[in-house]
Amino acid sequence: MDALQLRELTPAVIGVLVRRGVDFVCAEDAVQEALIQASLTWSVGMPEDPKSWMVTVAWRKFLDAHRAESSRRDREERVHAEPPPGPTETADDTLQLLFLCAHPSLTPNSAVALTLRAVGGLTTWQIAQAYLVPEATMAQRISRAKRTVSGVRFDEPGDLPTVRRVLYLIFNEGYTGDVDLAAEAIRLCRQMVRVASQRTHDAEPRTHDTESDGLLALMLLHHARRPARIGSDGSLVPLALQDRSLWDTSLITEGVDILQRALARDRLGEFQAQAAIAALHADAQRVEDTDWVQIVGWYDELLALTSSPVVELNRAVAVGEADGPAAGLAALAFVDADIPRRAAVSAYLHEKAGDLDVAARLYAEAARSATNLDERNHLIKQAARTGTLRQDGNDTSTINP
Amino acid sequence: MAKYLLLKHYRGAPAAVNDVPMDQWTPQEVDAHMKFMSDFATELVGSGEFVDGQALSPEGTFVRYDGPGRPPVTDGPFAETKDLIAGWMVIDVDSYDRALELAAELSSAPGAGGEPIHEWLEIRPFLSAPATVTE
Repeated sequence: MDALQLRELTPAVIGVLVRRGVDFVCAEDAVQEALIQASLTWSVGMPEDPKSWMVTVAWRKFLDAHRAESSRRDREERVHAEPPPGPTETADDTLQLLFLCAHPSLTPNSAVALTLRAVGGLTTWQIAQAYLVPEATMAQRISRAKRTVSGVRFDEPGDLPTVRRVLYLIFNEGYTGDVDLAAEAIRLCRQMVRVASQRTHDAEPRTHDTESDGLLALMLLHHARRPARIGSDGSLVPLALQDRSLWDTSLITEGVDILQRALARDRLGEFQAQAAIAALHADAQRVEDTDWVQIVGWYDELLALTSSPVVELNRAVAVGEADGPAAGLAALAFVDADIPRRAAVSAYLHEKAGDLDVAARLYAEAARSATNLDERNHLIKQAARTGTLRQDGNDTSTINP
Repeated sequence: MAKYLLLKHYRGAPAAVNDVPMDQWTPQEVDAHMKFMSDFATELVGSGEFVDGQALSPEGTFVRYDGPGRPPVTDGPFAETKDLIAGWMVIDVDSYDRALELAAELSSAPGAGGEPIHEWLEIRPFLSAPATVTE
């Protein structure tokens, strides 16, 4: 069993302790202690049944903490529960735990941190590293989050859209340090999809959760491009310039399969629509093969679902590809001026329309308002390139948004 | 989630409301100010929003490369520059509004007469890592 398999047990073991009546905060602490003990002793000898080992050790950790606490409170009294006899409980409480950790009462930062620790089984130090904050800060963020949800009943119905948003945030963070947040988000999303679909066999039938499938497909399709996203110099390679032979075809196949099954259920949501766009990009062997007309169609669907200005902006790019730069610029006219990346899109469309003066000025403007370093460097280079072209009067052969 | 730099200027920011230089405060006022700053940082650790905080000496020198095998060229101290950074705090918060709220709280640090300085602080967003999903 490796570290990842060990972490897989985390939500199940927390679930067992909570079902035995331990409150969430203590259960989570006890399981973290058990994880640390496992990492020390399992390298020497693996237990036969890792889950029962974890449950037993976490239970003991809880009792130790409980005894220390109660002896502080009242040295005379020695009341503590013993574990119920019988085999380890098998109910999978991962979904309940996700509902708790991504509870709507938590801020996004707190929900992300708590989910990574209590469901993902990561240590506070690892999470702090991944988000580039001191460990003490992350520890406080997690314990505050635990206090916030300590009054939430473990079996109350949860909010799947909030869980999906939290997993999407983790996936989209982009920064890859010691912990691969994108891979972690995919792992958690797989767990969510698995346990959410098991629920459909309950006495009370639920509608199949197509949006969670859509989110998983979206993550897989984007993760498939990762080997091509970063150039040899460490800089970000835009979609149009990526070496598509580096894309992970097995992830693409899996993503497309999941998406098609979700779409067949005819309950469209924004993650499915976004995944459909990613699937169309994945389907193009060369950038010239991209089916922009279909992509525009999916942006229209997405816009009907979300009416987000960012979607409107991306739609303008797709329209520019499908119907030419003039149509793209016309679509762009409806996008608010203060939307990030609007100037970059406008620059690209003006360049395609042959208006190099405006393009160079807009690329420079876009670089000044970029929110990340890769994007800024890319836009500065675009400004320099169009500026040079303008002077030379050369044609534009290697452009991209 | 986003990180912001809160910048405190010795010079270069608009004048504060309670604009008495620190060397003209009473020792008790200085202590109260220091305690406020340290409590503020402790609270931010507690709320899970603290990343870093440092104070800088007002002394600074410009340095420049002067070609291979030659010692660096220096210029300064730059008494004539109009902008001088006194220190910073880095926070990691859920929103821009929260960053504004915290900066405003920091600006209420007590100064002369124990009254809030109402000092102008500069807020600068960090350039973040690129998002994975952009289209």
